[in-house]
Amino acid sequence: MASPRTLFDKIWDNHVIAPQGEGTYLIYIDLHLIHEVTTPQAFEGLKLAGRKVRRPDATIAVADHNIPTTNRVAGAAGIDNPESKLQVDALERNVKEFGVPYFPITSLDQGIVHIIGPEQGLSQPGMTIVCGDSHTATHGAMGALAFGIGTSEVEHVLATQTLIQSPAKNMLVEVNGGLGAGVSPKDVILAIIAKIGTAGGTGHVFEYAGSTFRDMSMEGRMTVCNMSIEAGARAGLVAPDEKTIAYVMGRPYAPKGAAWEQAVAYWRTLPSDPGAKYDKEAHLDAADIAPHVTWGTNPEQAAPVTGRVPDPAQIEDPLRRAAVERALQYMQLKPNTLLTEVPVQRVFIGSCTNSRIEDLRAAAAIARGRKVAEGVTALVVPGSGHVKHQAEEEGLDRIFLEAGFQWRDAGCSMCMSMNDDKALNGERIASTSNRNFEGRQGKNAKTHLMGPAMAAAAAVTGRISDVRDLA
Amino acid sequence: MEKFTTLTGVAAPLPIVNLDTDKIFPAIYLKTIKRTGLSQWLFQEIRFRPDGSENPDFVLNQAPYRKAKFLIGAENFGCGSSREHAPWALHDFGIRCVVAPSFADIFYNNCFKNGILPIALPKEIVDMLMEDARKGANAVMTVDLESQTISRPDGEKVHFELDAFRKHCLLNGLDDIGLTEQKAADIGAYEQRAQLARPWQFGMTQRGV
Repeated sequence: MASPRTLFDKIWDNHVIAPQGEGTYLIYIDLHLIHEVTTPQAFEGLKLAGRKVRRPDATIAVADHNIPTTNRVAGAAGIDNPESKLQVDALERNVKEFGVPYFPITSLDQGIVHIIGPEQGLSQPGMTIVCGDSHTATHGAMGALAFGIGTSEVEHVLATQTLIQSPAKNMLVEVNGGLGAGVSPKDVILAIIAKIGTAGGTGHVFEYAGSTFRDMSMEGRMTVCNMSIEAGARAGLVAPDEKTIAYVMGRPYAPKGAAWEQAVAYWRTLPSDPGAKYDKEAHLDAADIAPHVTWGTNPEQAAPVTGRVPDPAQIEDPLRRAAVERALQYMQLKPNTLLTEVPVQRVFIGSCTNSRIEDLRAAAAIARGRKVAEGVTALVVPGSGHVKHQAEEEGLDRIFLEAGFQWRDAGCSMCMSMNDDKALNGERIASTSNRNFEGRQGKNAKTHLMGPAMAAAAAVTGRISDVRDLA
Repeated sequence: MEKFTTLTGVAAPLPIVNLDTDKIFPAIYLKTIKRTGLSQWLFQEIRFRPDGSENPDFVLNQAPYRKAKFLIGAENFGCGSSREHAPWALHDFGIRCVVAPSFADIFYNNCFKNGILPIALPKEIVDMLMEDARKGANAVMTVDLESQTISRPDGEKVHFELDAFRKHCLLNGLDDIGLTEQKAADIGAYEQRAQLARPWQFGMTQRGV
C-alpha cells in the first residue's frame, strides 16, 4: 500500500508534469490571478519574445493595488494619479491584447484579487493557484495550493501555464479548542506567527488542522491562510470539508450539474491520509489565545492586548535585541508600556486579510451607537464590490457612517498605500492588514496589526483597546 | 539573462534581521511599469533623509560600498512581498550576490531569475564574511559558481550548497521559459490527462455566469 500522504503531497503529485533536474519539477498551474502592479513587465516580456498567453481560460485579471477607493464611476479614466492610471491602462490594454478575462474597476465583481477568487468560486479545492502577490496563500482556505510568485514567474505561467518548483516540506499547525469571546481568526494567526516567528515556516507549506479550524468559518480560514507568508511559509492550507463544499456551491465560476458531482467526488479525496507525516509541527491551545496586537515592525512582534511593550534589555541575542530596539525606536514606544495605553490617530479596516462581510459585521457591532474618537481618521474599505453591496443591504454602511467612519470602494488601499489612502505625518494606525513593516502605510507610519473588532474598538476609544471591554 | 560565472568585488555588510522587501523597495514606487533603472529607489527609507539627501550612516552611501557587488545580510533576508522590484533594484545598483544565513523563499527564487546569486551559509560563516565586509575596500571577495566557493580576502575558501538546476541556469544564462518550452509535449500530454480528470477547470474563467 502506498504511504499515507498529506493534502499538500496529493495536490503536488497531481500537478507534476515532469522532473526538471535534480529535486526540481515542472508543475502545472490551474488558476492564475493577475493584477496591475506585478504584470506590466511580464506582458512586456511576452511581447518582446512574441509569446502568447497559453491558457487565458485559466487566467483572470483585476486591478486592486493601485486604484483609488473613491470616485470609481468613471473607471480607469477617473484615476487622478498619472502613474497609477498608466499602470491600470497597461493592464486593460494587455488583457485585451492577450484575451484575458478582466473584472473592470466599475464592476461589482471587482475587488482585491484574494477576496474575489473565493467569492466568485474561481478558487477551488485541489487547485494550484498563483498570483504575483505574496498573500496568495489566502486561497489555501479552499484547500488549494496557492502561493505568491515574482514577475518573472508570472511571465513563465502566462507563457507556459507551468512553474519550475521544488517540493515544499510539510508543517502541521494544529490548534484545538473553542475561541474565547472577542477572539477572532486574526488573533489565531497572530498568535501562531508570534510563537513560530517570521521565518518559522520557511521552505514549508502549513496545514492548519485541529478543531479550531474545523469550527472556523470559511472567511475566518481565509484570514488565517492569508498570513501564512508572514511566518515565512510558502503556502497555508485547510483540508476541504463539507463547509468548503457548501461555500463553493452555486458561485458564478463553480462547476455545475454533473461537473459539480465529479468535482465534489475529487475534492473529497484530498484531505491528508491518517498517519501522514509532517516534517515539522506546531501546536497551540485556542483557550490560550487572547486578542492580539503587534507592537513592532514585523508580524511576529505581537502580544496579547493585555500585555506590555517588551524590554530589549531582557533579550540575550544581540541581533534580536538590536531588532527590537530598532522596532521600538521606529514605533516610538517605551519598553514596558501597557499596550492599551497606546493612542492611535488612524484606523484602517480592510485588506485581503480582513475585508470580508464577516469582518465588516464584527467591526460594525463595535461601531454601532458609538463615535470615532476625536482626532482619529477611520476608513472602512470593503474587499470587493459584492462585499460592499452586501454590507449596504445589511445597513452596515450606515452604522459606520453614523459613527464617523469613511465608507470606501473596494481595493487594497491603505494596506500598502500605493494609492492616496495613507497615514500622514507618521501617524499611528490600528490596522486590520497583514504587515507592520516600516513605512508600509505611509512615511514613518506606525502600524499596529489587529482584528477588525479590535480596530473598531481602537477607533471609538482613540487608543489600542481590548475589544472584550466594549462588547 | 547574462551568464554568472565568477564575481569579484567589495561586499557591503547589512546586518539587519528580517530585512523585508518593503525596506529594499518601498511599495509606493511599484507604480513603475519598467524593470530597469530601479536603483534610485533601492532602500529608499534608510538610504536617504527626509529632505532627499543621502544618509551618510547607510552602508551603501559610504565610499568603498558604493560599488559593492556583494551584500552580506542576516536571517530571513528578503521576507515579505513577492515584488521582483527588490532584486531588480539590487541588480541595477550593481549587487550580484547576496550572502545570508537564510532567505525568504520568494525573494530567493526571484534572485535567480535576474542573475543574482543568493547564498545561504551557516551563521558562523556569515559572521566571518560580515567581519571581512566591514574592512571595506581592503576586503575584496570572489565567488566562483562552478566550484561553489567564496574566496575570502585572506584567500580562505568557503564552500556553499546550491540546487544543481539553478546553478546550471545561472552558469549558462538560460531563460527559464525557453527551457520549459522544450517540454511542450509533456505539458500538452499533462493537459489532456487533466482535462479528463478535472474537466470543470477548463474554459473556466471564460465561462462565468
